[in-house]
Amino acid sequence: MFDLSPSDLDAIYLSLKVGLWSVIVSLPFAMALAYLLARVEFALKPVVSALILLPLVLPPVVTGFLLLLAFGKNGPAGQFLDHWFGITIAFKWTGAVVAAAVMGLPLMVMGMRISIESVDHRLEMAARTLGAGPWRTFFSVTLPLSFPGILAGSILSFARSFGEFGATITFVSNIPGETRTLPIAIYSLLQTPSGDSGALKLSLIAIAVALVAIIAAEVLNRRLPKSTGRDDA
Amino acid sequence: MLEVNVSVMRGELTITASFKADTGVTALFGHSGAGKTTILNMIAGVVKPRTGKITLNGTTLFDAQRINVPPEHRRIGYVFQDRRLFPHLSVHSNLLYGFNLLAQNLRAQQPDDVIALLDLAPLLARKPANLSGGEQQRVAIGRALLTSPQLLLMDEPLASLDSARKGEILPYLERLRDTIRLPIIYVSHDEREVQRLAAVTIPVVDGVAGPLGP
Repeated sequence: MFDLSPSDLDAIYLSLKVGLWSVIVSLPFAMALAYLLARVEFALKPVVSALILLPLVLPPVVTGFLLLLAFGKNGPAGQFLDHWFGITIAFKWTGAVVAAAVMGLPLMVMGMRISIESVDHRLEMAARTLGAGPWRTFFSVTLPLSFPGILAGSILSFARSFGEFGATITFVSNIPGETRTLPIAIYSLLQTPSGDSGALKLSLIAIAVALVAIIAAEVLNRRLPKSTGRDDA
Repeated sequence: MLEVNVSVMRGELTITASFKADTGVTALFGHSGAGKTTILNMIAGVVKPRTGKITLNGTTLFDAQRINVPPEHRRIGYVFQDRRLFPHLSVHSNLLYGFNLLAQNLRAQQPDDVIALLDLAPLLARKPANLSGGEQQRVAIGRALLTSPQLLLMDEPLASLDSARKGEILPYLERLRDTIRLPIIYVSHDEREVQRLAAVTIPVVDGVAGPLGP
């Protein structure tokens, strides 16, 4: 039953592409936000934290609608990108990347925040007294010690992006070969009278990707406490 | 020459330190909770004093709100009670962490000399987790020394070791004192340790170290 049609393969390829780019685009932001939440005390922390988590709780159609308002033809962000860079992302696969990145950000930031918090702050202090500035301390101590968690957060965010549906279809619609990702292809198949078996095939792929990602993240997170700086000698 | 005249609030306790330290071992001696570690943290630059001034060899490291040199620019070696070796790095990489960050012309201490002084050669390839407490402490001392500091801070380096291990480390500390011509601030609550190592002892009682300023 695993004979996939060219349009199935298109959708899988597009979902992979969107998932990977979404991780690449959100990684620097997620890392900065996770570090901020884990290590810096500031008054607006609960607000920042809530804004990052919002896409997790909000109906995805609302997130997609907000993206459309912001990045659409007449939206402020859309006009900015068009005017300065000649880029339009609404109804393009790049828009699907933005939608997926926003939807994947909470999982990524949460995983990274916990892994950075698991790094003993006293090791960072030791690095400073040894002559390392804040950036070098981050890249030589914090990052390598929290790496399994950062990788786990990225994998989960990839899986979330791979399967993102609601915000994506709202923001970039359902254009075969451009924005019809795997979940949108499943939805389209279910709209056709004989599409059930095709939808099932693609659903099994979605389930497999999600399961592998969750198991990988679990295995990686198990390695975290061992690699942090608490020596019990 | 280190000159310290600072104070900071820690909960209910006001911690005040006012003393000078020259080449050789100066002990800060007092019960646990008296504020000794906080005083070292202020000197190292990881805790900001509320008021006062810290100078080292004529350079001002801290002056109330005007000057606060960050820890990485203070040229002070800090040996922590809990050692804080980097668990993802080998002993060798731990030792060279600060050395490699130091400009060539500032490298007064050389790895081979420090490795010999502290007998670290057999440990170099190991990870910190595979060392005994005493071995970890020697690596921590070596790592701090290799930053070629102008001042060495040692926070209870023997406190977490059993008496056999203490006996193992003490000769190294004496060797260090006699070969490295640096001011060393040595925090301890053990009277015998202090008598054996220190030329000058400054008592720390209820957060107050040394004579109060006028």
